[in-house]
Amino acid sequence: MAECDELREADMSVAARGHRRWVRTCHWLTALSFLTLVLTGILILAVHPRLYWGEAGNSLMPALLEFPLSNNHRPAQFEETVTFVDVPGAPISADRTYSIFNKNGWARSLHFLAAWILVAVGTMYFLLGGVSGHIWRDIVPRLQELAPSSLWRNIREHLKPEAKAGSAGGGPPYGNVQKLAYALVVFVALPLMLITGLTMSPAVTATFPFLLDLFGGYQSARTVHFFAFSFLILFFVVHITMVVTTGFRNQMRAMILGK
Amino acid sequence: MKKDRKRILRRTFLKGAASSAGVILAGCSESDPPTYGNLLRMGDNLTFKAHRLLLPKHSFAREYDLTEITSVPAIGTTNPSNPNKSPTYSEAHGPVYEKFLARNFDNWTLGVTGSVERPAAFTLSDLKRMQSRTQVTRHTCEEGWSAIAQWTGVPMRNLLEAVGVKPGARYVQLFSYDDWGDCIDMVDALHPQTIIAYGMNGRNLPISHGAPVRLRLEKQLGYKSMKFLRQIVVTEEFDDHGQFGHIQNGWSWYAGI
Repeated sequence: MAECDELREADMSVAARGHRRWVRTCHWLTALSFLTLVLTGILILAVHPRLYWGEAGNSLMPALLEFPLSNNHRPAQFEETVTFVDVPGAPISADRTYSIFNKNGWARSLHFLAAWILVAVGTMYFLLGGVSGHIWRDIVPRLQELAPSSLWRNIREHLKPEAKAGSAGGGPPYGNVQKLAYALVVFVALPLMLITGLTMSPAVTATFPFLLDLFGGYQSARTVHFFAFSFLILFFVVHITMVVTTGFRNQMRAMILGK
Repeated sequence: MKKDRKRILRRTFLKGAASSAGVILAGCSESDPPTYGNLLRMGDNLTFKAHRLLLPKHSFAREYDLTEITSVPAIGTTNPSNPNKSPTYSEAHGPVYEKFLARNFDNWTLGVTGSVERPAAFTLSDLKRMQSRTQVTRHTCEEGWSAIAQWTGVPMRNLLEAVGVKPGARYVQLFSYDDWGDCIDMVDALHPQTIIAYGMNGRNLPISHGAPVRLRLEKQLGYKSMKFLRQIVVTEEFDDHGQFGHIQNGWSWYAGI
């Protein structure tokens, strides 16, 4: 039995190369800043939980989407409506004097601090990942791996009961669905979060107005920021589910100790 | 006056508390935005320094077509003379504002003092006689909403040139009738789009939007565009304005994001 175990372990170490130290460092720093960004992002959204398309959007304008994240999404009890032009449907101004839920003082500052950390970690990841070959070897899916039949076969394998505990070692090589998921996070969702985030900065868009055109306006960028966030939450839930179902202890050891 | 005293006492206390805790904490004025040993404020300052280093100083915020003007909510203080409409109602300045309002601001003046060659007080008609700038810009609120409106006013640069800023002056302090104090640096103060606005959408600035004049600072979030301007003071040093300013209320001094 002992020999068998040793053999199996030897086999696994060949199959799974383990996570290198810099990958583990990047992973946990990303996890820390990601969770901070999620928490503060929800708090920021709760202050005005309405999404719009275009440059402008506010409580006096129709919303694309509303979320019951706080009482702030309700069409407010605005007072003293003023019309600027005496034409039906013309823009108005109205006063809001009641207080609303707003933790943006610290939520925003913490959001941007975590974003700075994520940008630094992301830069380190792309540099080391590019130079070491990790990104090309382990993350970028091969063309044949993206064939629908191949992806579908891989998904079915994930759903088999025997594919559960202890079936996957910590670290690469990754399955093709896994590669696709990581690639979408690293190359699409996180960069999109950064760019849409920057598009919400009045100082940045004064220098790079094309960002506003790229997304169709400040509010559109905010809406895209929300949908990219939704994708990342979906990834996060699946990611945690996979870690738990394929052997939580092994996976955590692999990502903390590298073996 | 009472509040001023409270403010000094508070600062004395903060200084004492900070030095006994071994934290470096400057008082009311220094040459950079203070952090108070707070990680969040350090992050804010990192953003500020990065923007000043990487972004060209005089790039323009986007200006829009008149047809793109939208509805605009007025939030926070919507009338400094009414405690029910001013979360930061001032016992000292609220009644003064009420008197100016009753006379349609014809006896109101905006003092521009401090580190300047010729301190002056400008009436509303003085301001309206000066060269003006009209811009259709987006107001971006920290809450997450935005609105587009047309603003007309005197570029702060013209105002500062009229009083003659002394060499070494680095900040412009702003005071409002609803008891806010804030400051902007010279980069923002001298930006051509930074105006002391007295007009909105072709009319006089409505009371709820900051009559008689408000600041328009287009490259930062809405809360930096102070409404109900009472006084302007040019200084060499940064001022956090204590309990009347953003920092001690937990908000970032720089809001260009």
